Amino acid sequence: MSEDLSRDAYWRANLRLLGICLAIWFFVSFVLGILLAHPLNSLSLGGYPLGFWFAQQGSIYTFIVLIFFYAWRMNALDRKFNVHEE
Amino acid sequence: MDQQTLSLLVVGATFIIYIGIAVWARAGSTSEFYVAGKGVNPIANGMATAADWMSAASFISMAGLIAFLGFTGGAYLMGWTGGYVLMALLLAPYLRKFGKFTVPEFIGDRFYSKLARVIAVIALLVISITYVIGQMRGVGIAFSNILEVPLATGLFAGMLVVFIYAVLGGMKGITYTQIAQYVIMIFAYTVPAVFIAITLTGNPIPQLGLGSTLQGSDTYLLDALDQTLVDLGFTQYTATEGGMSMLNMFLLTLALMIGTAGLPHVIIRFFTVPRVRDARKSAGWALVFIALLYTTAPAVGAMAIWNLVNTVQPGEIGDPQGNLAFEDKPEWMERWAGTGLLEFEDKNEDGRIQYYNDENEEFAEMAREEYGWEGSEIVTLDRDIMVLANPEIANLPGWVIALVAAGGIAAALSTAAGLLLAISSSISHDLLKGVFMPKISEKNELLAGRISMAVAILFAGYLGLNPPGFAAEVVALAFGLAAASLFPTLMMGIFMKRMNKEGAIAGMLVGLVTTLLYIFTYKGWFFFPGTNMLPDTPEGWLLGINPSSFGAIGALFNFVAAYIVMKLTSPPPKDIQDLVESVRVPRADT
Repeated sequence: MSEDLSRDAYWRANLRLLGICLAIWFFVSFVLGILLAHPLNSLSLGGYPLGFWFAQQGSIYTFIVLIFFYAWRMNALDRKFNVHEE
Repeated sequence: MDQQTLSLLVVGATFIIYIGIAVWARAGSTSEFYVAGKGVNPIANGMATAADWMSAASFISMAGLIAFLGFTGGAYLMGWTGGYVLMALLLAPYLRKFGKFTVPEFIGDRFYSKLARVIAVIALLVISITYVIGQMRGVGIAFSNILEVPLATGLFAGMLVVFIYAVLGGMKGITYTQIAQYVIMIFAYTVPAVFIAITLTGNPIPQLGLGSTLQGSDTYLLDALDQTLVDLGFTQYTATEGGMSMLNMFLLTLALMIGTAGLPHVIIRFFTVPRVRDARKSAGWALVFIALLYTTAPAVGAMAIWNLVNTVQPGEIGDPQGNLAFEDKPEWMERWAGTGLLEFEDKNEDGRIQYYNDENEEFAEMAREEYGWEGSEIVTLDRDIMVLANPEIANLPGWVIALVAAGGIAAALSTAAGLLLAISSSISHDLLKGVFMPKISEKNELLAGRISMAVAILFAGYLGLNPPGFAAEVVALAFGLAAASLFPTLMMGIFMKRMNKEGAIAGMLVGLVTTLLYIFTYKGWFFFPGTNMLPDTPEGWLLGINPSSFGAIGALFNFVAAYIVMKLTSPPPKDIQDLVESVRVPRADT
């Protein structure tokens, strides 16, 4: 049985990847940077209280990594499903 | 050479660069005028997007805002950067594949409706015009405060320069000028920050310096800052209490993220790259360039408040000799006091300046009895000073001060140009060609684009000179509307094949109307003072939701209304469903 390489399968794979990336996006900023910032502030990263660090530094770095990660994975999916640009 | 001459020379030199680029990058076709011929390298586009996005507010005001909010200032940092994740993952690649010129054009085609396109144009115009007023104002203020030139003169100089490169070069000219403006802006922002970080912590990288120990001590800068602020009756800088409530921080972050992803002048930047995969990557590069400034801003903010407090309070708190004497004020305080942005008043007439939280009643009571303090004596402290005075606080040479002036002007001009392009392209391409004169020739459309750009510049300049009294509030409105109208509609157009024109129109209208109503209820009808129906205070807000944060709720209403109406009406025609299919794959063979 060969793997399903249809456009529908491509779209489902894209949605799965999006789900993972957006879950991380939400977790780092809204959960670690806001909702759990108070308890996290009792830990520290160098001189930064950890919750404060996520709200003012860490979430931004994570966002950058997420966008490049998504672009890299999508380029691989494009080729795998043979929908990449020439 | 005195400082003013030096500053004017540096700013003048940057203007010559912008005009030189404009002459080199003239637009010859509508494609070059609207989307720079779709030939911009993704890294270059990322840099231009960063300049387009970072406005006078990011450059001048944000660090000061964070300095006084502390931890909760993170809402602005996360909100204005997290939106790029939404844009890169949910919008940019698909809109690039669609391959046209404007945001309303996608909405009109996808929802097979001129009405939908016109509603999108209205939303775009309200968002962009409210936003551009602040930018023109920013140009004028940068001139009048830093260069000591009358506001109107500065504004006209700025308008003339934008006029030359935006009317001549369109998106092509704007893109290449924005790259130059980004370089000037980031250099002007980071140089003072690096010097201040070295002075305070010995670490030249501000992002690391903020987490380091103070020079010649084992105490971390942030710990020392927390302690000092508590000793003066404020809340801790890094604590989650104070500033805004957790609910509002959550909603404001979300509203700013969704609003950022829905701002038309930023979205159209992703129409300029050659391929879909460039659009994905370009959003990442944009965020890298934005993050250079946005991760420096928290250090600038915290170090500025530390410098301010320690300048005013060099000795023990409560010691009669512990405060700065009026006659020993450093030169920068003297100079900024002259602008009216910083004002002192010796309330207890001891000849020294006290700065503390006199709204903390318990602390103020104690300070009155124990120290003889009669109230905080910095009576006006405009937060914009925090960035503008930084080079003077750090005793940096005159050319750095000149550079900061040029950086502030670059930030305002680059954003204004991007907004003006979004305005003029939606008038000439969406309204004129799309609705009223479908048969217009390319040459005439290009001319129409240039004329509407020129009119938009004059209009924005006029409003910058005579700002409506509500200029500050309307920025919240721009974000709220972008979040509540454009973003959900674009996203549903891509991710819900079943979404039809009835649903999209209902969603946009519900999002627009609820957001406007909520803002007008607290800020006054059309912002006329005194016409608000409920007090604009945390107690008066519905469920404690700040009007600035309402865009997130408006977006939710848009989604829900669109979904219900879609369920009750017929699905879109087959060719529209095919269009959605083709937008979803990068290759152009479908």
